[in-house]
Amino acid sequence: MTQVATHAQMPAKEQHQQHPIRLYLVVWGFLFILSACSYFVDYAGLHGYLRWSLILLFMVLKAGLIIAIFMHMAWERLALVYAVLLPPVLVLVFVALMMSEANYTALSRMTFFGASP
Amino acid sequence: MAQTVETHTGETLERPLGLRGVAADFSSDQRAFKNVSWGKAMMWIFLLSDTFIFGCFLVAYMTARMSTTVAWPNPSEVFALTIGGQEIPLILIAIMTFVLISSSGTMAMAVNFGYRRDRRTTAILMLLTAVLGATFVGMQAFEWSKLIAEGVRPWENPWGAAQFGSTFFMITGFHGTHVTIGVIFLLIVARKVWRGDFDTERRGFFTSRKGNYEVVEIMGLYWHFVDLVWVFIFAFFYLW
Repeated sequence: MTQVATHAQMPAKEQHQQHPIRLYLVVWGFLFILSACSYFVDYAGLHGYLRWSLILLFMVLKAGLIIAIFMHMAWERLALVYAVLLPPVLVLVFVALMMSEANYTALSRMTFFGASP
Repeated sequence: MAQTVETHTGETLERPLGLRGVAADFSSDQRAFKNVSWGKAMMWIFLLSDTFIFGCFLVAYMTARMSTTVAWPNPSEVFALTIGGQEIPLILIAIMTFVLISSSGTMAMAVNFGYRRDRRTTAILMLLTAVLGATFVGMQAFEWSKLIAEGVRPWENPWGAAQFGSTFFMITGFHGTHVTIGVIFLLIVARKVWRGDFDTERRGFFTSRKGNYEVVEIMGLYWHFVDLVWVFIFAFFYLW
């Protein structure tokens, strides 16, 4: 009897992620298209800023779809969303720090070892 | 037989909208993630720490590539395969990407069927996910042996900057390890689903706790994360 009671309460206390199958199939299709697009960037031999911006665009779109739909982040409670998604943004600060560091190292190498990049 | 008593205040209290709600959740007693089970919250926190590990690897790769004065090997040519007498750039990596995305799709479906309590379909989809994951690892093993045969080492390679080899083996190796662990994890959970552990509320071998179909979703979080990391590796290491 208690078993039945706890079962009946289950959906109320812990939110289950139940979404239509169609949604997953559509996202799956988009991920395939985006992957094909990013592969095409390389296949077509695009270069420079066009290449880099396209790579980043497709990467962000794919990552967003996976996190939001497949990992159900779009439906999670806001406290969890912020707790998980905000800290990785700090990695960008790290990236900025290491970019200036790497530029300095490259510059020193070119100055003192006379090599060109 | 100690039973933990959980208090659920999440539904009874009114939650303010937006950031005020987040502040209210974090400043409340005992439990910040109100309607999220401990298992899912812990998996997310583990994945967050893993994000930093892969973040550090990719930042290290960026630093090495930006600061070297020797030309970086062109991944488009390094990972090209000759199929039918024609050299196709990066084809193996593209196939690996599609395999991993397909496995993510089957995993998402498995989670969905799990919550519908369709244990046969769930188990089959999870096994399919595991097979695709194992295929990915197999292709990676092929890629590694091909590159090693061509003379790529962590300290040198025939095409340019020596750091290419070390970053390649480090990043793809760590990712491949994650996929391998994921495949093992998938097989274990698929066996539980197949046996009906989550329907009969059989207690787990290791934790002695009753599981439910949310275990499939938590497993899915890990698997999607592995796919997510590959998205970044594909963009930064192979395409850049």
